[in-house]
Amino acid sequence: MPDQPSNFKRFVEVGRVVLLKSGPQTGHIAVIAEIIDHNRAIIDGPTTGVPRQSFPYRHLTLTPFVLTKLPRAAGTGVIRKQLEKEGTIEKWNKSSWAQKREAIEKRRKLNDFERFAVMLAKKQRRDTVRKVVKKASA
Amino acid sequence: MARSKEIAPGVGRLSRSQVFARRGLYKGLKKTEKAAVEEPAATKEVTVGGEKNGGKRIVPTAKAPRFYPAEDVRQPKKSRKAPKPAKLRSSITPGSVLILLAGRFRGKRVVFLKQLASGLLLVTGPYKVNGVPLRRVNQAYVIATSTQVDLGDFKVDEKIDDAYFAKPSKKGSRSAEEEFFSEGKPKEKEAFPESKAADQKAVDAAIVAAVTKTEYLRKYLKSSWGLSKGQFPHQLVF
Repeated sequence: MPDQPSNFKRFVEVGRVVLLKSGPQTGHIAVIAEIIDHNRAIIDGPTTGVPRQSFPYRHLTLTPFVLTKLPRAAGTGVIRKQLEKEGTIEKWNKSSWAQKREAIEKRRKLNDFERFAVMLAKKQRRDTVRKVVKKASA
Repeated sequence: MARSKEIAPGVGRLSRSQVFARRGLYKGLKKTEKAAVEEPAATKEVTVGGEKNGGKRIVPTAKAPRFYPAEDVRQPKKSRKAPKPAKLRSSITPGSVLILLAGRFRGKRVVFLKQLASGLLLVTGPYKVNGVPLRRVNQAYVIATSTQVDLGDFKVDEKIDDAYFAKPSKKGSRSAEEEFFSEGKPKEKEAFPESKAADQKAVDAAIVAAVTKTEYLRKYLKSSWGLSKGQFPHQLVF
């Protein structure tokens, strides 16, 4: 049988950048420093405000980013150095995933008057688009 | 007042004699003197007619009852408690935009002016913008938004208080005949008092001027509030 390449792209591995889904640092990213067992890993986010801790995989989401040269059980200092060297945080912030999250967060924090202003802006946009489309298709 | 603060449960800071000295009860209890109330006279002199009646007679001021009640009726206890006016929510300040949740104007966005002595909130649409007049509302039926209309040093006229909103007393009773014939007919509409209309105009002028300073704010006040699909009030920021 020919060797088939795996369909999976993201693995739980040392150096994997993860997004936290619960706890006080919900929504921050961190790096897996060491795998404890099939339930938990030690994660650390020296530049994102996540203290070194054990964290269950159930409350993590794997991102496509990995620190390529991170040794097993690296300390906080090493992880910080690697993160800065590879520019992972900037890469994450530029990703469409992170930007969409930011946009949702921003929308959610609008107050009643600002929501109203957004509604007006959307109406305005719809109107402009409709007019241009009508002109173009006529 | 606790003079002897506890240093451990059941152990006071001061000894029994120290507490006694500080409480100062040996000086005797303080007494307040009540103002003497003059008792009404028990009897009075009245003149009586009739020759053989002696002209004058002394009678008691309060007539004794002609009979004693056969059964004892318990007097209900008088309550000395009175409700305090509600404390204003910290998120509501003069100029706040509020969303009304109950009553004829539910869903309307209005401007808060001040809290009245009864604890009710004085609000206005303004009337010119969304048709809500000067009105009293309970703060329990209101959502406070973080939007503020800058009222500057605008002050509501002192005469607009709780009594201002009281129903005018009915003048005279209508005759029975008139009442009979008016049955079924729609009630005559009373004209809105001109002085109140003028008050509304005076308040509106100041508020509308402040509202127009912010873009879209007039439109915002004119529109009404509601929840659409997937919106939950406890998750929204106001």
